[in-house]
Amino acid sequence: MNKIFASFERDGFILSSLVSKDFKLKYRRSVLGVLWSILNPLLMMVVLTAVFSFMFRFEIENFPLYLILGTILFNFMSNSTGDGLKSIIDAAPLIKKIRVNKVLFPLEKVLFELVNFVISLVAVVIVMVYFSVAPTANLLFMPLLLIYMVLFCTGLSLLLSALAVFFRDFIHLWSVITLAWTYATPLFYPLAMLPDWMQTAMQFNPMYQYVTYFREIVLWGATPSFTSNLVCLGMALVTLAIGIVVFRKLQGRFILYV
Amino acid sequence: MRVSDVSMSFNMASEQLNSLKEYFLKLAKGELFFKEFIALNDISFEVKHGDTFGLVGTNGSGKSTMLKIIAGVLDPTIGKCEVSGTIAPLIELGAGFDMELSARENIYLNGALLGYSRTFLNQHFDEIVDFAELWDFLELPLKNYSSGMVARIAFAIATVIVPDILIVDETLSVGDMFFQEKCEQRISQLIKEHCTTVLFVSHSVDQVERICKHALWLEKSRMMMLGDAQEVCEAYRHMNET
Repeated sequence: MNKIFASFERDGFILSSLVSKDFKLKYRRSVLGVLWSILNPLLMMVVLTAVFSFMFRFEIENFPLYLILGTILFNFMSNSTGDGLKSIIDAAPLIKKIRVNKVLFPLEKVLFELVNFVISLVAVVIVMVYFSVAPTANLLFMPLLLIYMVLFCTGLSLLLSALAVFFRDFIHLWSVITLAWTYATPLFYPLAMLPDWMQTAMQFNPMYQYVTYFREIVLWGATPSFTSNLVCLGMALVTLAIGIVVFRKLQGRFILYV
Repeated sequence: MRVSDVSMSFNMASEQLNSLKEYFLKLAKGELFFKEFIALNDISFEVKHGDTFGLVGTNGSGKSTMLKIIAGVLDPTIGKCEVSGTIAPLIELGAGFDMELSARENIYLNGALLGYSRTFLNQHFDEIVDFAELWDFLELPLKNYSSGMVARIAFAIATVIVPDILIVDETLSVGDMFFQEKCEQRISQLIKEHCTTVLFVSHSVDQVERICKHALWLEKSRMMMLGDAQEVCEAYRHMNET
């Protein structure tokens, strides 16, 4: 029992060291530093709003807020899986020399992106104040959403990082898939715009579920139903389970291929 | 520490595959899983607590593979390697250093990866920096350091703990003469005062002879000789002459 606790403590310290390393490296030598995590989504939102309100006209209330919620949550997923994908390959010098729990590397990338995501929530607050969208008690569901997202992204990252060790093709493939996924998720457009069969198919897109959940609690002030919580959790757990199984099966051979 | 019947084989054919296309091509041709390379063939030995044990052998004889198995980085194909106690691996110093970070930050990062706790690092931070003689450069990014200085930090971090088993690779040859001397002193201090088991790997037979009590000679992935360091080194030298 003591041993398990000690290894948890060790892994925790490694995780926090790696996250703080990534954080320092990300903002090194930039004048605005951490502010970029807030500014970036805001500026993106301005660009996208300009583009979409000029070219297309969707009947969406508070379109900028609708947009920023979708994009930052989606970016959380795409950044963490994109980094997670390469995490094992990048950690090759370590894996070859030190006995270390390999799960930590993809997990660390997800946690690092979680930190960035939480910082970028400040941007959401700014937009909410600007458009005077009143917060509701439903914001209290936020931690739940974050848990679902972390589980889901960790599962994906574990799966991808393990596969990428054996087939570097996934690095190239994944960026294309992420792009396709961006358009396949109603980030810029309303769901109602799609034909019926696509709306049904959309229910199986986990990112659609998470983005909708996020918009419900922040933008629409609605309480997520029990079913939607169940769906979100279910999708996260299934992904995580697949990721863990594949990762465990392959991790013994990583060292021969990285 | 006991190594019993360890063999390690690599599948050379599948190791060169890095893309899906190659994989399917080979699969279609039926070439997969064939070529086998045996890096270690049925190795067994035992190292007792407090012993100093040397591994000698020519390049490519499997020394590094053996060390990796002992350090727990690599799993043997067949056989078992049992190790009791903490291991301080010096296999390659400075694993996990990030050249963009300062020395201070790297000490914590590397320490974490080696399994030290935060409190332990806080307590021993001064000791590490003292040993590496780095006080003036603590906040400088590591990329501005010379390789010898980087090796100093790495060695200081790796040996600040009192490990049960210390694995010393040839990497100690970096650093200037005085620092090398300091390292050897620290190692012999660990051996004498703390009864640390030392595994020593080197091309230099003289060094092995000087430091070790027992030795193993690996040649072409097989055990050639196991026993008293002097005898093994003598035989090894003899082989090289003929």
